[in-house]
Amino acid sequence: MQADEMSLKKRAESAVDKKASFGEDFELEKYEEGSKVSKPIEDLQSLDEESKRTLLQVGVIPSEEGRSGSLLVLDNAVSHSSLKDENVELMSTHKAMEKYEWLKDYSWKLVQVDADKYTAKTYLEDADGYFIRVPEGKKSSMPVQTCLMLGSKKAAQTVHNIIIVEEGASLDIITGCTSRKGVEEGLHLGISEMYIKKGATLNFTMIHNWAEQIGVRPRTVVHVEEGGTYVSNYICLKPVRSVQTYPTVRLEGKGAVTRLNTIAIAHAGSELDLGSRAIFNAPGTRAELISRTITIGGKLIARGEMIGNAKGAKGHLECKGLVLTDKGSQLAIPILEANVDDIELTHEAAVGKIAKDQVEYLMARGLTEDEAVGMIIRGFLDVGIRGIPEELREEIENTITQAAFGT
Amino acid sequence: MLKIEDLTVEVNGKTLLHDVNLEVERGYTNVLFGPNGAGKSALMRTIMGFSEYRIVKGRILFNGEDITHLPIDERARRGLGIMMQRPPDMSGIKLRDLVKVASKGKKDPETLAENLDMKRFLDRDVNVGFSGGEIKRSELLQLAAQNPKLYLLDEPESGVDLVSIEQVGLTIKGLLAEGMDCPGERCTKGKSALIITHTGQVLDYVQADRGYILCNGTVMCSGNPMKMLEEIKNKGYEECVTCRLMK
Repeated sequence: MQADEMSLKKRAESAVDKKASFGEDFELEKYEEGSKVSKPIEDLQSLDEESKRTLLQVGVIPSEEGRSGSLLVLDNAVSHSSLKDENVELMSTHKAMEKYEWLKDYSWKLVQVDADKYTAKTYLEDADGYFIRVPEGKKSSMPVQTCLMLGSKKAAQTVHNIIIVEEGASLDIITGCTSRKGVEEGLHLGISEMYIKKGATLNFTMIHNWAEQIGVRPRTVVHVEEGGTYVSNYICLKPVRSVQTYPTVRLEGKGAVTRLNTIAIAHAGSELDLGSRAIFNAPGTRAELISRTITIGGKLIARGEMIGNAKGAKGHLECKGLVLTDKGSQLAIPILEANVDDIELTHEAAVGKIAKDQVEYLMARGLTEDEAVGMIIRGFLDVGIRGIPEELREEIENTITQAAFGT
Repeated sequence: MLKIEDLTVEVNGKTLLHDVNLEVERGYTNVLFGPNGAGKSALMRTIMGFSEYRIVKGRILFNGEDITHLPIDERARRGLGIMMQRPPDMSGIKLRDLVKVASKGKKDPETLAENLDMKRFLDRDVNVGFSGGEIKRSELLQLAAQNPKLYLLDEPESGVDLVSIEQVGLTIKGLLAEGMDCPGERCTKGKSALIITHTGQVLDYVQADRGYILCNGTVMCSGNPMKMLEEIKNKGYEECVTCRLMK
């Protein structure tokens, strides 16, 4: 074992009991380690109807039509991987580590192993996951889809993903995170490290669809170089016990841009602690962090943070939350930090109920009160996913309609 | 078609309208004049059923049915349609979608928008960043989709430039004539309207049948709308108050 691995191991071991800064603290010993072996699934279409429906609900298409490639992680095993686009590399993280000696320079370099007990556990378990890379100047013809599925009750899934979009390349990813029907309790720990090189673009859409007693702790850090663009759409509309995430985008090169959109619904019994952070470390960098959240009985915390360390940085943070019942709560926590002059960071936060004048305006056009509220909610969430590819939008809008109105 | 009897309305416990009596017959276009703050918009919004207006006395009849306490959407379904002066911003809701639902899917938004030169607004969020004139045209577009029996038009010409006033005026004229083959059918097939106007400009395009003057929260008088407009232009509303007191 090499020296730096030794030190990583030491650091991880020292953090096995380290609580995360935010969110409910999960006792890891109460969960079983997710199985690392699984029967390979050659064709996603061969899955039973129930599983296929589960995939579809998180934007993962079993027929793989319109997708460049697919990878499925079931508990802790990569059980399916297929690829039809020559411009993309897709394989399990373990395979990629074997194949590419240089990948160790990317692994555990953005996310700290000792950030908290969840990162420590994921490191110490040597978690597998997906590796996606687009070589210099190449472009994925269609989105790559990945699915992280919790397949066994009371299991803890640990995943480690690495994405590299090389100079001038471009990639769209759809990741669906979900649990198999009947798996109501479990834990998902997901580490994602993303590298967007000079002039490259990554469009990353993540749909979460868990169950009522599942805890979710994603840990994501994105590194964007000069002129690179990172766009993320995070969608979480179904009941879940607790999600706590605070993805961080480091804008390290001149003119790097990011836009992070979050739309979420907190059901009764759910706690969603959703953050977005942009760090402006290079001149002329830009960020837009937009969050649109609704509570129908659960607790919702929308954090947003922008840290300006370089001149000419410009960012806007927008957290808007609707409270649809007396039982839920919305907490918007915007943080702006400027450490040099010539920086423009702004924020807009609003929480509250649906404006009555809006509802009545639509009712005056003949909509019932329920129809009016539905239309307003769809419109409210829609703002959070603007700018994503049209074909994806349709899928997400369907998911919104399904999640919010059960139709 | 619309009959208002002894209507008294409160907002936040304050009386805004009292003992209002007013009528709009089938096929008629009646006009509501009055100084700022007289309660004209409040009356119109009360007729439509907006919840901030609490009716403490009197009633509203529509085609003989008491609609005083009906919810807004029920009124819309019976044939009331309003053009608001300051509609709320509807962030995230596309004009195209609203036009679609307002027409219950019966009319094509593209065609309707073409007539109002609003095609490029169909994919914009309703009212967000619209100019005064664009709001009017958007409201008319929605009403055209809705196809009501009674149009409640709150200052259709306010904030509209001179060129657009003609367009707005002609559109209203067209909407009110919809479904009629000849002017003789006005009382049987015609649309009705109650229009609030300050300047009377819209009356260059729409023939008004009766005028009402609303002052200090109640109807002071009614009569020939064009004569009333002339009087108001010459003497303002001061005389209305004294005139009523003299009675």
